[in-house]
Amino acid sequence: MTSYILKRLIAAVPVLLGITVIVFLIMAMIPGDPATAILGSYATPENVARINRDLGLDKPLVVRYFIWLGNLVTGDLGRSFSLNRPVLDEVLERFQATLILAGVSFVLCAILGILAGVVSAARQYGLADKLITFVVLIGISIPSFFLGMMMILTFAVNLRWFPVSGMYAIYGGGDLPDLLRHLAMPATALSVVATGVIARMSRSAMLEVLRQDYIRTARAKGVHERKVIMGHALRSAMVSIIPVLGIQAGFVLSGAVYVEIVFQWPGVGRMLVDAILKRDILLVQGGVVFVAACYVLFNICVDVAQSLLDPRIKT
Amino acid sequence: MAFLKLLFRNKLAAAGLIIMGLVVVLAVLTPWLPLLDPDVTATGDRFKPPFSAGHLLGTDHLGRDLLSRLMWGTRLSLMVGFAAALIAALLGSTVGIVAGYFGGRTDNIIMRAVDMLMAFPYILLALAIVAALGPGLVNALIAVAAVNIPFFARNIRGVTVSLARREFIDAAKLAGMGHLRIIVFELLPNVAPVIVIAMSTTVGWMILETAGLSFLGLGSQPPQADLGSMLGEARSALITSPHTSAVPGLMIFVIVMSINLLGDGVRDALDPRLRSGALTRPRAVTQIDRQQPAPEADGASLLALQDLSTEFRVAKRTYKAVRHVNLHVAPGECLGVIGESGSGKSVTALSIMGLVASPPGVITGGAGRFEGQDLIGASYETLRAMRGDKVAYIFQDPLSTLHPLYRVGDQLCEAIRSHHKVTAREARTRALELLAAVRIPNPESRIDNYPHEMSGGMRQRVSIAMALANDPEVIIADEPTTALDVTVQAQILSLLNDLRRERQLAIIFITHDFGVVAQLCDRVAVMYAGQIVEEGPSQAILDRPAHPYAKRLMACVPDLGQGRRELEAIPGLPPAVDRLPDGCAFAERCNKASQACRVGSIELVGTSDGRRAVRCLDPEESLS
Repeated sequence: MTSYILKRLIAAVPVLLGITVIVFLIMAMIPGDPATAILGSYATPENVARINRDLGLDKPLVVRYFIWLGNLVTGDLGRSFSLNRPVLDEVLERFQATLILAGVSFVLCAILGILAGVVSAARQYGLADKLITFVVLIGISIPSFFLGMMMILTFAVNLRWFPVSGMYAIYGGGDLPDLLRHLAMPATALSVVATGVIARMSRSAMLEVLRQDYIRTARAKGVHERKVIMGHALRSAMVSIIPVLGIQAGFVLSGAVYVEIVFQWPGVGRMLVDAILKRDILLVQGGVVFVAACYVLFNICVDVAQSLLDPRIKT
Repeated sequence: MAFLKLLFRNKLAAAGLIIMGLVVVLAVLTPWLPLLDPDVTATGDRFKPPFSAGHLLGTDHLGRDLLSRLMWGTRLSLMVGFAAALIAALLGSTVGIVAGYFGGRTDNIIMRAVDMLMAFPYILLALAIVAALGPGLVNALIAVAAVNIPFFARNIRGVTVSLARREFIDAAKLAGMGHLRIIVFELLPNVAPVIVIAMSTTVGWMILETAGLSFLGLGSQPPQADLGSMLGEARSALITSPHTSAVPGLMIFVIVMSINLLGDGVRDALDPRLRSGALTRPRAVTQIDRQQPAPEADGASLLALQDLSTEFRVAKRTYKAVRHVNLHVAPGECLGVIGESGSGKSVTALSIMGLVASPPGVITGGAGRFEGQDLIGASYETLRAMRGDKVAYIFQDPLSTLHPLYRVGDQLCEAIRSHHKVTAREARTRALELLAAVRIPNPESRIDNYPHEMSGGMRQRVSIAMALANDPEVIIADEPTTALDVTVQAQILSLLNDLRRERQLAIIFITHDFGVVAQLCDRVAVMYAGQIVEEGPSQAILDRPAHPYAKRLMACVPDLGQGRRELEAIPGLPPAVDRLPDGCAFAERCNKASQACRVGSIELVGTSDGRRAVRCLDPEESLS
């Protein structure tokens, strides 16, 4: 198992390098030169030349990439000019908030989605199945940002069940119950679409598995139907559900950007949008590389989970 | 055409198509509709509620008419979404076709790059591109298209790779056509449908993604507004004037939902498994639909089938797989059930414990009695308690009948613990005994194997061990040796024979092999088209088969060391069991058939001692 994890980690190195190349190239596409953008009205030719020299922008692209990569590896993502602090510090701080939001949403959508899919498949064409299919269809069609706004209107403004926005109350907050109260709505809004997608995939994976001969064998042994569904069938279905979970984690992470904006959640997504609007390129660059790298590592965890579940995968 | 018909049979998909069509038509017609100017501001008329005079949907924060803005916004969103889909499809498919057609290193490099692009959560890439190009609708469009290129590239490459190896491409190459001509004239027409389907499934996403970027303020810039930026602008007035948010939000919802409905419809219409009903879940117990009350119990057999009928109901067809079958078996006895594939022997066996896949299977009549108690129509819990405990099954192919993700030991223990309250340790000890009993060498090391780590013969021994786990009274073995090679087959048969003698097991042995019958079975029933056509002691039937079918079936078996003998295949095929002829089902293939064989129903006539019976008007051997 250790060797398998190691193998996957080594295999991830080129992917991570590729990510840095892609991000670097995209940022290199920026029209005009960053020096002018940074200096604004102070952009005299001498100042521009000096900034370019300071930032190493007068060197060829390849050299610049390796300088940037070198800094990256040592943890230096540069300095955000709009916030006037190291990019890494800001990203780490913001990523924590995103991790809480996206993590809770992901757990929520995984559990609810799989459960709904299993019930739906076990009761195929029954009332529960029809109800779930209908709710799922609605769920996967509501954009998270619209749903979030409607939730604020209903549950925060009208019913006053939850705070409108933010991560902690400004006065007297900061503990876990406070966090949970603030988390409830954004986490729900973020998980709805993914829950729907996972429910659908789980349903069809279960239906596929329930027809297999070994399910008949389990029934012929006298295994209780509940165990047949939740044990034998679900375990096999998980083999095709887990990759879907990996993909949906990416969608949850993406959707977090919208939800963070709607609910004023102090996460990486909101930071990135602000940074783009302020043309704080280094902050965008650092944030994107960092989150993408985390996602690659997460997907390794998914692969490892898959290999733990399925002994037929060569470890 | 058939495809459209299928699509419209699905009411939801049709609804999606109609709604989508309506939205698209309205969006196209927007410039000619009698709408107010969407960009004219009127600060005096700010935030008018819906249904105000002159403003059907009210006005926004600048007093602009919401209905007009909605229509123009929808038009813009759809245009941007479709444009993004088109660009992504065009570029992605080109990349995919190039990679798939040329293969080798080109393919390798391109697909590596695609993999890396796909390693990003999609919005990060889109944000990076917008960050580089700057906010704006066109840049958002480019970003969304770019993010979706890898998806098209990967899908289209897959299709192209399988096509590029086909004969017609080779033929084109031999004919001296250039690569470009082959791609455009030979490959593209075949790939195009896949591209269109991929587009139809992603266009909803693209509309949503561009709307999302606009919502974030990174897409369309004021005063121009698509649905996303309308929603984004309305957000600041969410609490005071929620209708300004609800109008564009609901429109996005309607568009995405109708595209989803349509997409589901397209997918279902294209999926052959859904059409054939192959994705229905079999229930825990076969459905019962008895036309007549169960027959009275007769005799005191251990297990007896009386007048059992099972059919498969698929759409409007009814396949009568088992028709009025009577069978019985006593302790220590082995009954063979023999017949061609499709003769109903397996369905008969599965019906006993309600294991016929249902839907589509339905038991329509008869009784199956274990020690006098009728199992057909028994409650699930009653059946479950007997499955594996009193009546156990061994199935044909142990690779597909053992659970691939559980260790064989765990599967054995589960069989035991489903019926007996024992500790895990006790169950494991018992499992080891069972593995030893079926003569698996080194049971201590084998018990922790997964099925795929064992050979076919070993797996079938595990299946047998599992059937023996609770010391059942009856074992129903459904072609347990068919998937195995001959030497292993002989070992398994002798194992079953020993177990039967040691434990006084009753065995119902289903097979298509007379050799097996001769070796193992005391009595044999020959099935044809769902009916028993001949029944009696194995040796008697092997020596002197009475039914022409039984005789012909035996003639199909080669005898070793019997010199040269003509092997005869039976001409023709068994009748389809949804269109059974009158009279004898075998008449069509029988060289002795007369007019009388094709009318009415032919009864199974037994000898006076009840030992043999045959369903034939003109048997090969006189039985009386």
